[in-house]
Amino acid sequence: MDIVEEILKHNRLALSKGITAVENEHDNAVEIMTKIYPHTGNAYVIGITGPPGAGKSTMTDKIAKEFRRRGKTVGIVAIDPTSPYSGGAILGDRIRMMDLVMDPDIFIRSMATRGSLGGLSQKAGDAVKLMDAFGMDVILVETVGVGQSEVDIVKTADTTMVVVIPGMGDDIQAIKAGILEIGDLITINKADREGADKLNIEMEMMLELNPENVEWRPPINRTIASKDIGTDKVVDSMEAHREYLIKSGKLAEIRKKRIKTEVADMINVRVNRYIDKNVIQTEGFADTVEKLATRELEPYSIVSDIVGKVLK
Amino acid sequence: MANETLKAGFDKYMAGADAKAAKFPEREHLEPNRLYTPLDIEGFDYERDLGFPGQFPYTRGVQPTMYRGRFWTMRMYAGFSTAEESNKRYRYLLANGGSGLSCAFDLPTQIGYDSTDPMAEGEVGKVGVAIDSLADMEILFDGIQLDKVSTSMTINAPASVLLCMYIAVAKKQGVPQDALRGTIQNDILKEYAARGTYIFPPAPSMRLITNIFEYCSQYVPKWNTISISGYHIREAGSTAAQEIAFTIADGIAYVEAALKAGMDVDAFAGRLSFFWNAHNNVLEEVAKYRASRRIWARVMKERFGAKKEKSMMLRFHTQTAGSMLTAQQPNNNIVRVALQTAAAVMGGTQSLHTNSKDEALALPTTESVTIALRTQQIVAYESGLADTIDPLGGSYYVEALTNKIEKEAMEYIEKIDELGGAPAAIDKGYIQKEIQDSAYKWQLDVEKGRRVIVGVNKFTQEEEPPKNLLRVDGSVGKLQAEKIAAVKAKRDNAAVEKALADLEAACHEDEKTNLVPFILAAVEAYATEGEICGVMRKVFGEFKPHTAL
Amino acid sequence: MANIKVLVAKPGLDGHDRGAKVVARALRDAGFEVIYTGIRLTPEQIAEAALQDDVNVVALSLLSGAHNTLFPKVVELLKAKGMEDVLVIGGGVIPEADIAGLKAAGVAAVFTPGTPTTKVVEFINDHFKK
Repeated sequence: MDIVEEILKHNRLALSKGITAVENEHDNAVEIMTKIYPHTGNAYVIGITGPPGAGKSTMTDKIAKEFRRRGKTVGIVAIDPTSPYSGGAILGDRIRMMDLVMDPDIFIRSMATRGSLGGLSQKAGDAVKLMDAFGMDVILVETVGVGQSEVDIVKTADTTMVVVIPGMGDDIQAIKAGILEIGDLITINKADREGADKLNIEMEMMLELNPENVEWRPPINRTIASKDIGTDKVVDSMEAHREYLIKSGKLAEIRKKRIKTEVADMINVRVNRYIDKNVIQTEGFADTVEKLATRELEPYSIVSDIVGKVLK
Repeated sequence: MANETLKAGFDKYMAGADAKAAKFPEREHLEPNRLYTPLDIEGFDYERDLGFPGQFPYTRGVQPTMYRGRFWTMRMYAGFSTAEESNKRYRYLLANGGSGLSCAFDLPTQIGYDSTDPMAEGEVGKVGVAIDSLADMEILFDGIQLDKVSTSMTINAPASVLLCMYIAVAKKQGVPQDALRGTIQNDILKEYAARGTYIFPPAPSMRLITNIFEYCSQYVPKWNTISISGYHIREAGSTAAQEIAFTIADGIAYVEAALKAGMDVDAFAGRLSFFWNAHNNVLEEVAKYRASRRIWARVMKERFGAKKEKSMMLRFHTQTAGSMLTAQQPNNNIVRVALQTAAAVMGGTQSLHTNSKDEALALPTTESVTIALRTQQIVAYESGLADTIDPLGGSYYVEALTNKIEKEAMEYIEKIDELGGAPAAIDKGYIQKEIQDSAYKWQLDVEKGRRVIVGVNKFTQEEEPPKNLLRVDGSVGKLQAEKIAAVKAKRDNAAVEKALADLEAACHEDEKTNLVPFILAAVEAYATEGEICGVMRKVFGEFKPHTAL
Repeated sequence: MANIKVLVAKPGLDGHDRGAKVVARALRDAGFEVIYTGIRLTPEQIAEAALQDDVNVVALSLLSGAHNTLFPKVVELLKAKGMEDVLVIGGGVIPEADIAGLKAAGVAAVFTPGTPTTKVVEFINDHFKK
């Protein structure tokens, strides 16, 4: 099967196999992505993030349904963490989306965060591109948390929504910075819970602090996703943000910026792995570490030496 | 003896014996103390903590005479294939000394699908009897006088529909509804948390439940309107304390819902009943039953201000643990069930189902069901366990264990209160998570040998695959389809349409509109269960689980 | 083979998910990526989810007795979607007499009550070592 050709012909199995190729770094992955690249750039990509328990996958399910009602085809990339103990993962987002499964205009892919050497955002980005080339109008990338790797992933999106819930206590302080940095939309889910008003005010105040919020002020929506209340408004806001990006010329700007980050990331990952394999994991390096520990050697000239060799 | 002297004596005893030799090394955290003494029940107050049987807090039992008055109801859960086949099994059980009926329905019936629904594929008649319309129910109880038996029905989301069918059959027999005795399970919260046969979202489900409470308090006063079930929570892997904690938390939610609907607590609380598991650890189970009675009595009196004694009494049905039956060396299950029966009886159950030895492999044969029923009769008549009330009351170990389980359960109930009550705790996935954690821990204990299951992880042997298993004929689905077609050809379809339209309109009204009379009218017009539930699905929507692992 | 993906699913109407959930966790703890899809699924939903996640294994659990109808249907649908390489295994209350038929229908292994989860892990690992 020529995966690229078949994806362009709307073959679901090919799309799935293509994503596996990039996810597992098969030999043909680079070739697939090289060929697919010219066919991408059409989909509207939305990142959805927030702390665990915020109801992101239920929200994703409802947002997908709303986009379908508006006649759009939808791809979903749902990311869950890999267990640091076993390397295994439970990818549990799909359970909340089982009634989307049989819709031929929806494609859901679960992904685990896997190893520590980076590359997740690239893999997720490639999965998005494959869904884009397949012909999905909207692609939702759902990820847990607002840590650095999540921020990296949602950076691949045109619009990013942060989901929060009342009653998170001090956790809200911890994610403040993350929200300020990445949220184009803020959604308060489980808004029937106590504390929704207070959270709303806190969010407003946070947004006040950001001097960049002049042209686009992130709207704060309230939802009860489990009852599909308020999700239509969220999708309105998403479309409004897209409209704003296009009209202001920002879309082209952020996409260029994104390409730059993406390429930089790709280079970083490649270089990191090269160094890991050819330097860090070698026996010679273990000897060096011994000598560093006994102060026989010092690290500064070692680093200059290695970097010099690698860059040559 | 003063406590100091006792303490000194105890310490000397503990130091004197070879402590290491008295350990079960393989059991690690599962081990109770080596010996229990009055030190373990310090502050014990007979009247406050136990009372006499039939007196608050009912720790020793809910009736003053218990089994000296009459034995528990020997109620065998049965049902498979068609109504005709199940009717034969019911008559057999009654003829052999069974004292009540317990209906098992197949999954399409439990989830409100007709046998012809595509979702029913492969499932018709498998785990219970297939009931599609009143016509099936008439056959199911053919030749059984409904004013002479009490009937328990394991039915939850569509409980109202099956109850109405039962009332309709009784009417045809000339039995008025106020003479009917029995129970519907009607416990939707544990379906969301542990058993999975839900249909509608929580709010309309709770409305159906309170509608039934209200209807029965007026017209079917001897009917137990709900069987708040810990059985399935335990089967899903919970501990003993979790079983009663999560179930009593569910019970609290039902009481609150009925109060919110404007009912008086003493008008309905006497008809609430419970359903417990009988697991392998005999003494822990006895303590569990005792603790559950004490907790419920206090909750009803102190939290809800119940005045009637009946409102404070926790009456319960018991089933021996299905999940403890082994597929290996299945005859061993007879012994397990006998011990579980002993626990339920020493714990003062009101009725009991005993599992059959072959149920880890298939539905039970007539022969194995007979052994299970005989097990109850042996415990009742031969063992002496039923001769005196609460025979373990006053045992240091059992009293200490009763206190311990009560304490653990109360901690859970308080935690659930903090989360906003059982419905909120289930919505957040809290209860499910606790059950799953316990289930996983149990599995690891078995796999690491900390828990021994005879014939499974110890004392195993090569064996021939068992023969003579009951097989449900694959043609049941076809038979049911023919029956539905015949019913639809014979009934007054205009009357059915009208009854369904009336029901639909009533569903749109608020909870003060009782849906039971509308459902009864549809049932009597021979609307199928799928049609009736279909109307409610349309108005109420369907529940979708949204908690993962 | 790295990163084996397993879909754990319950076809049919039976809600007894203790076994499925315990197995899902045990597989996670053995290093597999587990997609848990919950109860009351049609064979069509299971096969389509397996395709979208391009899983290596589909693990089915069923206690209601409908396995002879539903397990083979999942196998057929997977084949029809071009997923003939997927390892399909099953577990639950399944009489010995049905196992040969299920195997002939393409279910690679059937695990009956009392099977340690380590057996399931071993079976999957052995399959992909070959």
